[in-house]
Amino acid sequence: MEGSLLTLAWVAIVGFAVFMYVLMDGFDLGIGILYPFAPSEEARDVMMNSVAPVWDFNETWLILGGAGLFAAFPIAYAIVLPAMYLPLLLMLIALIFRGVAFEFRFKARSSRHLWNKAFFLGSLLATFAQGVVLGSFLQGIEVEGRNFAGTMLDWLTPFSLFCGVALIAGYALLGSTWLIWRTIGILQDWCFRVARRLLIVVLVLVAAVSLWTPFLDASIATRWFSVPNILLLSPVPLMVGFLAFGLWRALDEGREVLPFAFAMGLFALSYLGLAISLWPVLIPPGITVWQAAAPPETQVFLLIGMAFLIPTILVYTAYSYWVFRGKVTGAIGYH
Amino acid sequence: MDLDPLLLSRIQFAFVISFHILFPSFTVGLACWIAVLEARWLMTGKALYRSLSEFWTRIFAISFGMGVVSGIVMTYQFGTNWSRWSDIVGNVLGPLIQYEVVTAFFLEAAFLGILLFGRDRVPRGVHFLAAVLVATGTVISSFWILSANSWMHTPAGAELRDGRFFVTDWWAVVFNPSFPYRLAHMLTAMFLTTGFVVAGISAFYLLRNRFLDHARVGLSMSLALITVLAPLQIFLGDLHGLNTLEHQPAKIAAMEGHWEGGARAPLILFAIPDNEAEANHAEIAIPALSSLILTHDWDGVVPGLKSFPVADRPNPEILFWTFRIMVGIGMVMLAVALIHLVQRVRGKLYSPHWFHKVLVGCMPLGFVAILAGWFTTEIGRQPWVVYGMIRTADAVTPALTGGAVLTSLIVFMAVYTVIYGAGTYYLFRLLTIGPARLNDEDLEVPAVAQGHQPKRPLSMPGESIEPAE
Repeated sequence: MEGSLLTLAWVAIVGFAVFMYVLMDGFDLGIGILYPFAPSEEARDVMMNSVAPVWDFNETWLILGGAGLFAAFPIAYAIVLPAMYLPLLLMLIALIFRGVAFEFRFKARSSRHLWNKAFFLGSLLATFAQGVVLGSFLQGIEVEGRNFAGTMLDWLTPFSLFCGVALIAGYALLGSTWLIWRTIGILQDWCFRVARRLLIVVLVLVAAVSLWTPFLDASIATRWFSVPNILLLSPVPLMVGFLAFGLWRALDEGREVLPFAFAMGLFALSYLGLAISLWPVLIPPGITVWQAAAPPETQVFLLIGMAFLIPTILVYTAYSYWVFRGKVTGAIGYH
Repeated sequence: MDLDPLLLSRIQFAFVISFHILFPSFTVGLACWIAVLEARWLMTGKALYRSLSEFWTRIFAISFGMGVVSGIVMTYQFGTNWSRWSDIVGNVLGPLIQYEVVTAFFLEAAFLGILLFGRDRVPRGVHFLAAVLVATGTVISSFWILSANSWMHTPAGAELRDGRFFVTDWWAVVFNPSFPYRLAHMLTAMFLTTGFVVAGISAFYLLRNRFLDHARVGLSMSLALITVLAPLQIFLGDLHGLNTLEHQPAKIAAMEGHWEGGARAPLILFAIPDNEAEANHAEIAIPALSSLILTHDWDGVVPGLKSFPVADRPNPEILFWTFRIMVGIGMVMLAVALIHLVQRVRGKLYSPHWFHKVLVGCMPLGFVAILAGWFTTEIGRQPWVVYGMIRTADAVTPALTGGAVLTSLIVFMAVYTVIYGAGTYYLFRLLTIGPARLNDEDLEVPAVAQGHQPKRPLSMPGESIEPAE
C-alpha cells in the first residue's frame, strides 16, 4: 500500500502542476488571443504590461508538468509525447514566437506590427495545440508493449480539433476576467462586454465536449451515468451552473475581482470532470496510474524535495504577484 | 526517398541543443556579474554600478528569454524523439531534471521579474537579493543538468533490469564519476565566455571613446576574472581529460587521433584521420608528448582506436578537430590573460590600443570553445547513449517517421533563424546604444513614472532601439 500512496501523491503533484499551468498561462495566453481585438494600441500596451512580469514564470509550470510526468510516470512520457509529435511541435513553435514577442515588441518600430501578430498568432496557436493534445489524449492512444504504436496523424480527429477551439474560448474568458481585475477605463469596459459573450460561448462548448466525451469510451459513460454515480457526481454539473450564474451576475454588477475568481472556478470544475472521467487511467484507454508509476525509490527521492520546494515556490509566487499588485495603467508613456 | 528517423533525430537534437547551449553559456556568468554589480551599488551607492547593472540586466533578459524558450524545446524533445531513452532512463534521470525545474527554473523566473521591473517596488536589499537568487538559480540549473548528462557518460548507482534502469544509490547517481570534473570545467567555461563578452564590449567602448567610466570598470573586472580562470581552466581540462581516459578510453583515442596507441605515444598536432584506412594522413607530431600529458609519464601506455571493435568507436574525423579547436582557444585565452597582466603592470590597461582590438575580436571565443567542447564530449560518447550500456540507435522513438522528423527539423531551422536573427539584432542594437548615463544626484529624486514604463527589458527609459521607418 505504501507504493500506491506514493503514486497517489505523485498523481496529485503532476495534476496540480498541470492545473496551475492551465490557470496561470491560461489567462496570459487568453490576453494574447484577445489582443488584436482590443480597442486601441494603448490598450494593447496595457494588456501586455499586465502580464509581462509574470508570464515566463507562468510558463515554468508547463515544464514542471512535463518534467514531473517524465520523473514520476516515465512510460506515460514515452508514449504520450510521440503520439502528439506534430501538435506539440506546433505548440512549441507558437510559444517561442509568443515569448520573444514580449521582449521584442516594445522597442521595435518598423517591425512592431510583426511582433503584434507574433504575439496574437503564437497565443492562439499554442492554445489551439494544447486543446488538440487534450482532445486526442481523451480519445485514446494506441499502445503496443511500452511504445506508442499509432501513426503521426492519429491525433487528427473532429473531436480533438473541437477541443482546440473550445480551449481558445476558455482561455480568452480567463484573460478577459484577469483584465477586468487589473485594468481600468475603456479597456476594462471592453472586457466586461467581451467576457459576457465569451461566457455564453464557453458554456455551449463545455457542454458539447462534456456530452461528446462519454461517446468516446463506454467506461466514461458508465462512470457518469450508471445509477449511484449519476447522483454522486451530479454536484459537478450543478456547480458549473452555479458558477456560471455567479460569473454572469458579477459581470452585470461590474464587480472587479469576482469574475476572475469565478472563471478560475469554472476551469477547476472542468478539470475535476476530466479527472473523474479518466481515473485511474493515465493513458486512455488502458494504462492506469499504478502501471505507469516509477519505482518507489525514484518516487521517494523526489518526494522528499518536493515536500519542501513546492510550498516554497508557492510562497515566492505569491510574493512576486504581490510586488506587482494593483491596476496597470497606460495613461502616459510610449507612443 | 528513405528518410532515417534516427539520423534526422540526431541532427535535430544537435541543432536545437547547440542553439540552446549558447544562452546558458552566457547567462550563468552574466547573472553572477550582475549580482556583483548590485552588491557594489548597494555598498557604495555609486550610480555607475547601478547603470552598469541595469545595462547588463537588459542584455541578460533577452538572452535568458531565448534560453528559456529553446530549453522548453529540449525537454519535449526527450519524449517526442527519444521515447525509448525516456522509458529506459526515466527512473534515474527524470528526478534530476525535475529537481532542476523546481530548484532553478522557478527561482530564476520568479526573481527575474523583480530584478527587471521591481527596483521601484521593493526595498534595495530585496532587489539585491533577487539578483543573487537569479544567479544562484542559474548555477543550480547547471548543477542538475550536468549531473544528468554526466550520468549518461559514466552511469553509476543504478542497475539495468528488464531493459530499464533502477536506482540503487542516489548519491552515486548524482555524483557519478565524471560529474565533478564536467561541472567544474563547464562552469569555468561559462564564466570565461561571459568574461570575454564583457571585456570585448568594454574594449569596444574604449576604442569608440564612449561610456569610459563604465568601460573601465567592465574591462578591469572581466580581465581580472579571465586572468584567474584561463590558467585554472587548462588545469581543470587536464583533470577532466584524465577522468575521460579512465572511463571512456575510446573517446580519448579518437580525440588524440591515435589508431595504435601504446607507450611513448606522440602528440599529434595536425592530421587528417581516415576511418576507412584506419590511419592519419599528413600527420605532424611531437614524439612521446601525448603519453606524458595523458599519463604524466613518458613511457605511459595510451589507448588506440584499433583496440576497440569498429561498431564501438566514436568518429575521430570530427573529434580530432573539435578537440583541437577547444584547446587552441584555451591557449588564446591564456595569452590574453598574460598580456593583460603586462598591460596592467605597465599601467596602460585603458589607453586605446591594439590590445582592445584583440579583445573585441575575442568576444565569440568562449561560445566557439563551448560548442567545440560539447561536440567533443557528446560525439565522443557515440555510439552509446548511456555509455557502454545502451546504444543511441535503441533510444529513438519506434513509431517516429522520417517525414515527421524532417518536418520538425525544417520548422525548427526556419523558426530559429528568424527568432535568433532578430534576437541577435536587438542585442547588438542594445550594445551599440550602451548604458544609460545616470548621475548620483538623479537617484535622489524618487521615481515618478512608476507603472507607466513598459515593463520589458528592451523597454527601459529611452529611445526606441530600432530606427523608424
